[in-house]
Amino acid sequence: MLVGYAIFLISAGVIGYEILLMRLLSVIQWYHFAYMIISLALLGFGASGTFITLAQRWLIPRFHLSFTVSAVLFGLTSVCNFVLAQRIPFNPLEILWDRSQLLYLLVLYVLLSVPFFCAATCIGLAFARFKDQINRIYRFDLLGAGTGALALILLLFAFPPTTCLKLLVALGFFAAALMSLNHPLPRSRWLAVAVFSCGLVLPLAWPDVWLSIRISDYKGLSLALRVPDTAVLSQHSSPLGLLTVVRSPKIPFRYAPGLSLNYFLEPPPQLGIFTDGDSLSPITRYEGKREPLAYLDYLSSALPYHVLKQPKVLVLGAGGGTDVLMSLYHQAKSIDAVELNPQIIDLIKQVHGEFAGNLYQREGVRVHAAEARGFVAGSSERYDLIHISLLDSFSASASGGYALNETYLYTVEALEEYLHHLQPGGLLAITRWLKMPPRDGLKLFATAVTALEKSGVDSPGRQVVMIRSWKTTTLLVKNGEFTEEEILAVGTFCEARSFDVAYYPGIRAMEANRYNVLEKPYLYEGAMALTGEKRNDFLKRYKFHITPATDDRPYFFHFFKWGTLPEIFSLKGRGGLPLLEWTYPILIVTFLLAVLTSFVLILLPLWTLRRNGSSRGDRNRIALYFLSLGLAFLFIEIAFIQKFILFLSHPLYAVAVVLCAFLVFAGFGSGYSSRWAQRFQQFHVRKEGMPILLVAIGIVTIALSYVILLPPLFHRWMALPDGLKIPISIALIAPLAFCMGMPFPLGLSRVATAMPDFIPWAWGVNGYASVLSAILATILAIHFGFTVVIGTALILYFLAALALWRPLG
Amino acid sequence: MKRRYVLLLPCLAFVLVAIKPSPSEDEQYQVRRKRMVKAIEADVKFTSKRIGKKALGGQVMEAMGKVPRHMFVPAHLRRSAYENRPLPIGHGQTISQPYIVALMTDLLDVDEDDVVLEIGTGSGYQAAILAELVEKVYTIEIVRELGEQAKGRLKHLGYQNVEVRVGDGYYGWEEHAPFDGIIVTAAASHIPPPLTKQLKPGGGMIIPVGSPFMTQQLMLVKKEKDGTIKTKQVLPVIFVPLTGGH
Repeated sequence: MLVGYAIFLISAGVIGYEILLMRLLSVIQWYHFAYMIISLALLGFGASGTFITLAQRWLIPRFHLSFTVSAVLFGLTSVCNFVLAQRIPFNPLEILWDRSQLLYLLVLYVLLSVPFFCAATCIGLAFARFKDQINRIYRFDLLGAGTGALALILLLFAFPPTTCLKLLVALGFFAAALMSLNHPLPRSRWLAVAVFSCGLVLPLAWPDVWLSIRISDYKGLSLALRVPDTAVLSQHSSPLGLLTVVRSPKIPFRYAPGLSLNYFLEPPPQLGIFTDGDSLSPITRYEGKREPLAYLDYLSSALPYHVLKQPKVLVLGAGGGTDVLMSLYHQAKSIDAVELNPQIIDLIKQVHGEFAGNLYQREGVRVHAAEARGFVAGSSERYDLIHISLLDSFSASASGGYALNETYLYTVEALEEYLHHLQPGGLLAITRWLKMPPRDGLKLFATAVTALEKSGVDSPGRQVVMIRSWKTTTLLVKNGEFTEEEILAVGTFCEARSFDVAYYPGIRAMEANRYNVLEKPYLYEGAMALTGEKRNDFLKRYKFHITPATDDRPYFFHFFKWGTLPEIFSLKGRGGLPLLEWTYPILIVTFLLAVLTSFVLILLPLWTLRRNGSSRGDRNRIALYFLSLGLAFLFIEIAFIQKFILFLSHPLYAVAVVLCAFLVFAGFGSGYSSRWAQRFQQFHVRKEGMPILLVAIGIVTIALSYVILLPPLFHRWMALPDGLKIPISIALIAPLAFCMGMPFPLGLSRVATAMPDFIPWAWGVNGYASVLSAILATILAIHFGFTVVIGTALILYFLAALALWRPLG
Repeated sequence: MKRRYVLLLPCLAFVLVAIKPSPSEDEQYQVRRKRMVKAIEADVKFTSKRIGKKALGGQVMEAMGKVPRHMFVPAHLRRSAYENRPLPIGHGQTISQPYIVALMTDLLDVDEDDVVLEIGTGSGYQAAILAELVEKVYTIEIVRELGEQAKGRLKHLGYQNVEVRVGDGYYGWEEHAPFDGIIVTAAASHIPPPLTKQLKPGGGMIIPVGSPFMTQQLMLVKKEKDGTIKTKQVLPVIFVPLTGGH
């Protein structure tokens, strides 16, 4: 079945395109804009359904030609449209100031949606053409997507994203070549050879210059490269990010965020590591001498070293090694440093090892390539100090750019976990950027208080200390109560550096606002309220969302509250706009736009379909069925990716394993679905809706049992090696995904039998629902948590089963 | 015949309108500039509690009304030059929102015989505003193209008391130190120690903190007469973070 293999290639290509776009746009712009642009561009998927429905009388009799052209166009536009998109002068930072940016954004959406449209047209055409083989086509579609996702993530380790993008041209042309073999034309083989050759040659002939990434002028890397004599030393790409190492010999980086004004010397020479063109993490020159590192003692994050003497340290998020150097400067007993990205470790160990003074190979320093939270959960060690430093860029953080990022580093459960890994008297130290009015600092404080309470501490206020420099806050959480001597040490540290104490047990109001004077001592007032009886009232009245994040709602950076929006907009001309944490409202706007577009494009083809005598009730039931499935499938997939991130201890492993396993096993489920339906016929079950209902019951049962059983099981298996955790994850996903792959082909086959003209329309509705699903899942998770996302999905599966319970037509 | 004259009337009116001298480009910009100053005054009045005064210094507002901001933005953005918004000037840099420029200048609290240092010349607009108010402005820009353009622009506009240098702002401008005031508009992870050294006792330094197009807060560094340093965070907007917390 050549069409099946062609579908396999197209599906692999289109999921590859989606992952690559996310990667490339995260480098060019910022992650949150990438997320929003792709969310709407995916509407191209649904639009193909509308298009095929409207043009099916012309397209389906010319299936081979239509498929071949669509596949070729997919290959070509995936690269060409990206090249064109890079030439649009879209600057998201100006979107609130300049209306023409909205027009650029629209053009961007349209350009980037074309490849999705072309690929989905291929698949939709195949469904409409091969009505009796829907389950097989869907199987190839899912298997292709699963394989494509895994292959692309692996390829991203070996090749930069732009090279991978060129491979999509080949996939599109190869799919077209396969279809050409089936073409009724007399010399179809020659045509196939020609198309295949184009697929081989085009990616090789494509000039790299055309595809070079144009990073936004306002990102840290672009700004750094404008400094005279700066040069890129090396670039390293992986699915975790694009690392760029920059040298600036004439005007050094001198990266020391919030350095005390009482320090008068210059930091040593540094190399800058930029991740995705932003988030600078410096590699500081180290020659084994302490003196040049003295500046590190004048950062607010040095505080724990003045409370503890020669501690055993765990640094989470080691990056370029600044915090490891800080530990060395303070003569830590031993240092375990955890860094997610192995390429960064390699940079410090190998590539720039000499410059960094072989920091990660020094005696007493052990470096681990792992995700921070997973490392702690799987470790049996206890530390005197767990140190978490600034991992994000100030400008992205200040504009609320991380609001949609799930982070398990700062949740209540995470802080509980860290506290369990502290020696008695040990400290957890977390440094964040200081924003005005405070957001991160207070949310972190509230999280620490909640975590201490959950750990059984009666007076959490006696175990926390917070200080601030003019740009950062540092929070200390102690495994035990702070002693007078320790509080004295905090005071001495702050006084010598002109840092302010925001909170310590027994603090007086007059101490909280002495050096870096704020209009009001916001952090002190907040900390007092959060440790007192008025905590809930304060959380409610505070104009930013500072209620602690949890593992189920891991959105630490979500600070937006609707109630504050009118006030901020009224202050637009008066310097008030920076107060807007605008990622979340843009997510809502994106969702509304997607709903509106979907609604119009779903209704549009009904004008033609009405003429064929179908009843309104049937149309509504088909719409409800495929809408529910589209929403529910991704809800479960997205929610379980998040659940498995904690277990697999690595976001990348989780995405690769869960996504691939879900799609592949759903593919097997799809393949089996026709036999499943036949069994009911064999046993003369007359209820047409029975196969779907039983599958829905199966999905609900498995998913519910996972919601209940997985947390304790994951906790128990946390320390297992990855080699075991990955097969366990696959085994857990397999039965759920297998069932989830069945409803779509079962439903579409029934549409094919009763109302065949509606196949592309149903495909379109499903496509639109998938787009809405990804955005809606994030909105639901922000407000109610991922468990509610799963619960909603299960209700939707039941709704779907009910929609097609009665026969169609 | 009479009818013909009636027909001619609209044509005559059109000709009269066409030959009536329309305001020159400069006059148009002047009108817009006045409007911008009024908008800033209104905003300042609204923000008076926060910034601790009912109005910004008269001289600052005069300077804002005098400096041709349209000459400091790229040609294609001149129509927006007097809108109360930041504008891109190329090379990843922006010209700040006029309201923020006025506020920063006012917070610097300069006298006419003062010498001021600016780190991050950008288009040269802030330097021009300062040049209207003080004796001498020294400004350093890290991006060569921007520095050269600003130098030419300021010279063309007749600002004799501004000196532009392309280079590293970290070490300030030792030869002309100490300064009565310093403005650091270039993003920095910390305040360069040489700058606090080059600040005169009694002088002030102002640093806008935030991302491009968004000034979150203004950091005010004050060197007391005895040489001690005090800093203050000024939020350029009235915003009480607690509901009902006025």
